[in-house]
Amino acid sequence: MLIPDDRKYSVTHEWAKVEGDKVRVGISDHAQEELGDVVYLDLPEVGRILSKGDVFGAVESVKAVSDLYAPVSGEVVETNTDILNHTERVNESAYDEGWIILIRMSDPSELDGLLDADAYRQIVEEASH
Amino acid sequence: MKISPLNQNHLQLNARMVDFAGWSLPVSYSGILEESLAVRKAAGIFDISHMGRLQISGSGALSLLQSTTTNRLADLSVGRARYSLIPNPEGGIKDDIIIYRDAPDSFFLVLNASNTDKDIAWFHQHADSSVSFDDHTDRTAMVAVQGPAAVSLLAPHTDMEIADLPRFGWATGGVLGSPARICRTGYTGEDGFEVVVKREYAAELWSAFIQAGALPCGLGARDALRIEAGYPLYGHELDEDISPVEARLMWVVDMSSDRFIGQEAIRRTQQEGPGRLLVGIWHAERVVPRQGYTLFNDESVVGSVTSGVYSPVLERGIGMAYVSPAYARSGSPLFFRVRGRNYTVHVVPKKSLLSHLGTRPV
Repeated sequence: MLIPDDRKYSVTHEWAKVEGDKVRVGISDHAQEELGDVVYLDLPEVGRILSKGDVFGAVESVKAVSDLYAPVSGEVVETNTDILNHTERVNESAYDEGWIILIRMSDPSELDGLLDADAYRQIVEEASH
Repeated sequence: MKISPLNQNHLQLNARMVDFAGWSLPVSYSGILEESLAVRKAAGIFDISHMGRLQISGSGALSLLQSTTTNRLADLSVGRARYSLIPNPEGGIKDDIIIYRDAPDSFFLVLNASNTDKDIAWFHQHADSSVSFDDHTDRTAMVAVQGPAAVSLLAPHTDMEIADLPRFGWATGGVLGSPARICRTGYTGEDGFEVVVKREYAAELWSAFIQAGALPCGLGARDALRIEAGYPLYGHELDEDISPVEARLMWVVDMSSDRFIGQEAIRRTQQEGPGRLLVGIWHAERVVPRQGYTLFNDESVVGSVTSGVYSPVLERGIGMAYVSPAYARSGSPLFFRVRGRNYTVHVVPKKSLLSHLGTRPV
């Protein structure tokens, strides 16, 4: 299972990669594998203000639907509309082409509350035993 | 947790395993989309060894089944099978089953895994000493080969003339040299066969069919395919509190003579009219009406979703639902509400979404 150490993770299986004052957000490899083939994404409006922990959208697979939670607070400055017609990218490239939203952080100190790759790996491994 | 005779094969194929009705079973191998489409375009193979397999024989076998199941049996020929229900005294459904006639006084039943123990106890309760029972479930395996290529895939491996079998016809003979029962049945809406063999032959048969081109398919694809085809699943569309009148299954309930337990209650529901009806539903886009979602018309609650899935072949959200009879008409626009938004669904009363919407070119 891929858990790159260039980003942080949430217990709800989103990843957050810092890019200057912004954070790019997607779902982890583990999350996409659990969901199976992704077929639909509900994305937020650009400009929406999110608080850490807010539901900002949802990802639907053939069998299941899962809410998406904001890993940090801030404004949605971009959404990956390319994946709406290429939902398979969330499965095939969860950490790159399958990114979901870009947030301009309002409180970068919230990053400290997220998990690093090792801590996230531990959570995933515990869940699967 | 029970494991299938094919468990080792599933693990070798890196299947994603889930718990289902007390069994550890594959939910998918290569992905539900790919697996479902393989069944619509070519052929897939499913391990359905978890389903109960019960032989009922003896001079009282026919009368036991006539008093405990709903479909006609008197005119069921040896070599044919029929879909039927086990009703409860209140007119609800204990199980939906397939009954094969092996001989005038011998029947082979395929039962839902979740209901097998309950069904067997129920039959025992209503049987006298002229009936004997033999539960084959643990010593046999069962696989389904489904899809337009099923005949050409299976034929080279068997000495039976399977191409000539009618739908719901069955035969016994050799598959890869081992004794087997093959029935032209399935749960996908495609042509195909269900094959029962002794458990020790299962792995060889499984591997040979995959070698011949069948894609291994899990419970996820099985669910998507049966919802597309409009087939109910026990525990979702059918249960002890649902009448066959509501489930629109009266075509497998023979009301012509007084015969079976629960018949009076079913007749009452027929006369009074059902309070809800099972329908198929579809949404124009990819949002899926999931099990448990409430269906609305304006502000009134008119039903609820019993099964929902993204349809790989129709490329949209589809499902099955119980709705008030007034809304069970074709085209009734209803909606479900999720994440603060309303999504319209269209009603298909005949339930087969596949034949209603047609398949898109694939």
